[in-house]
Amino acid sequence: MSQDGYNYLFIGLSFALYIGIAIRQRAGSTSEYYTAGGGVSPFANGMATAADWMSAATFISMAGSLAIGGYDGSRFLMGWTGGFVLLTVLMVPFLRKFGKATVPDFVGDRYYSKTARLVAVICAIFICLTYIMGQMRGVGLVFSQLFGIKIATGVIVGGAIVFFYAGLGGMKGITYTQVAQYCVMAFAYTIPAIFIAIALTNNFIPQLGFIGDYTAGKEAVPFLEKLNHINTDLGFAKYTDGSLSRIDMFCITAALMCGTAGLPHVIVRFFTVKNVKAVRTSACWTLSFIAVIYLTAPTIGAFSRVNLIENLNDKPYAETPSWFQDFEETGQMAWVDKNGDGKIQYWGAGKSESGKSGAVFLGKPVFKEGATGSFGERVVTNVVVTDNPNELYFGNDVMVMANPYMGGLPKWAIALLMAGCIAAALSTAAGLLLVLSTSISHDLMKKIVKPGLSDKEEIKYARLASLGALIVAIFFGINPPSTFVAKTVAFAFGLAASSFFPTLLMGIFSRRMNKEGAISGMISGILFTMSYIIYFQFMGGTKDQYFFGISPEGIGFLGMLINFGVAFSVAAFTPAPPKEVTDLIDNVRFPGGAETEAVDH
Amino acid sequence: MGKSNAAKGRYWKAHLRCVGVLLLIWFFVSFGCGILFRDWLDQSFPGVGSAPFGFWMAQQGSIICFVLILVAYAIRMARLEDNLEHDEEEAK
Repeated sequence: MSQDGYNYLFIGLSFALYIGIAIRQRAGSTSEYYTAGGGVSPFANGMATAADWMSAATFISMAGSLAIGGYDGSRFLMGWTGGFVLLTVLMVPFLRKFGKATVPDFVGDRYYSKTARLVAVICAIFICLTYIMGQMRGVGLVFSQLFGIKIATGVIVGGAIVFFYAGLGGMKGITYTQVAQYCVMAFAYTIPAIFIAIALTNNFIPQLGFIGDYTAGKEAVPFLEKLNHINTDLGFAKYTDGSLSRIDMFCITAALMCGTAGLPHVIVRFFTVKNVKAVRTSACWTLSFIAVIYLTAPTIGAFSRVNLIENLNDKPYAETPSWFQDFEETGQMAWVDKNGDGKIQYWGAGKSESGKSGAVFLGKPVFKEGATGSFGERVVTNVVVTDNPNELYFGNDVMVMANPYMGGLPKWAIALLMAGCIAAALSTAAGLLLVLSTSISHDLMKKIVKPGLSDKEEIKYARLASLGALIVAIFFGINPPSTFVAKTVAFAFGLAASSFFPTLLMGIFSRRMNKEGAISGMISGILFTMSYIIYFQFMGGTKDQYFFGISPEGIGFLGMLINFGVAFSVAAFTPAPPKEVTDLIDNVRFPGGAETEAVDH
Repeated sequence: MGKSNAAKGRYWKAHLRCVGVLLLIWFFVSFGCGILFRDWLDQSFPGVGSAPFGFWMAQQGSIICFVLILVAYAIRMARLEDNLEHDEEEAK
């Protein structure tokens, strides 16, 4: 069977599975729509949360970021998993004990104010929209790779599928689809890694190969030494060294951690289990499932770095493997023959005259339709940077997908990987869509605009809202504000870190925090973070204008400190919260009492 | 009622201590080993296999520690909750 045949088969089968589950498990009541009725087992919820949380960015771009950045990529590894620890010990047990269906619900009740609820709703919508853009982009990338269609068409197809089963199935529908999706993802991620580990290091456990010896050459050498060596030979930094400043690295990691702990779509997943004890068990399962993939990602990054260089560097274009042309076709790789020798030279900043940039050309590749250069390569119209000899362009996103081709994997393994990529994007997009729709239907319509809404009408609004949200997400998926999936997502984390995380944290751990403090904190935190990001992303801010050298990716951490600072100063000068609220705090702090229903009806 | 409140106070304090200790470890393995002291650890600590220690902590070790932290949290908190329940029974 051809590669296309395998791809269609695996993806078709996985889709049939997801949609079948969604139809069988579709939600009938609001309680099932929002929290799957609250009776999911910790193990199943652990798997579903892992799938929900492992986004297309993680799955597709992270190994690429690691391959390109080496040590720098660790910020994603530590940031996302470390944030889960914060989420588990500081947030979810208390929010679950509180027992309402959404995060703005808690904010609204705890800060006894409609304004606080409204601000929380707006933050939730912002975060989810930013995040879902990255997912739609991911779906589009995979579809375009698979079926040779434009990324835009791919994004639209993906959006339609997500709407079909998340918008209709609600939480109950997506919980069990996510369980299936996790299984697909786990196999899809680890199996190629195992094959490549055997090929490169003769060790079938990738994590051991990573710290073991490289055996594919003439003699065995320590793998990471080999990697450092080939990197420095070509003028790149050592793989294990990294290039980010320590303070930037610190801030980005912290922003990712606190952002993870404030992500509404992950928090609501824990509302689906029975009680607080089940929340903690479930969190252990979740992180273990996540670790399976996160411990593999750095090995894939490192292996594919070696493969990329060995496969492409100094090869005549005419002799490149056929996958190179495929990726050229979708615009994810490009080659400009600067020295006219017909060979691909992949060289880093160290080889450039200015010593600064290793960029082949400015911006993303824009191809001249139908034109080919003297060796048959696609011609780009970008301004070529001539002060360095680097000739090879490739996007971060391409690494995971190109990896199995580079490693010469069997066709079914490649097809499985494709199915995994799609599962990753779909599962997260579905979870986000659900939070978006509940934020609008429950928190905005029912709690603020139209209090007398019936159950049926509320679900109708939820479905409508998910359609609206999806259209916006598709638009931004096609025109992303940032080049890499992982970067777009990093901003969502920045926003979550500067708004939800501090507000929820103070709501649980400070009895003195009042509505004035929380609202002003949330607003100043998110305004600061957003304007910093917008200034540097869209208005042409340059690197030397960074505060303390902190990039927009890490600014959420500063935003969070500002949120805390403003909130505590304002709270000190305004009246303490009323007694009902301190009673509420006491209630969420202690276990026991009547098991609260997950939804207030 | 007074006894039950005292039990609750003890529970909350023990809970804060537990979370505090775990977060200290959390900070140490990630920000500490993976970022702040990485260069020093890379140079003066024995590597894990062929990987420098700080680098390995940043890419693998910290994640393993995180899982262990959550397991410890689940076990410890279940214990504390049982104690609280027991104390509250007695207070009644």
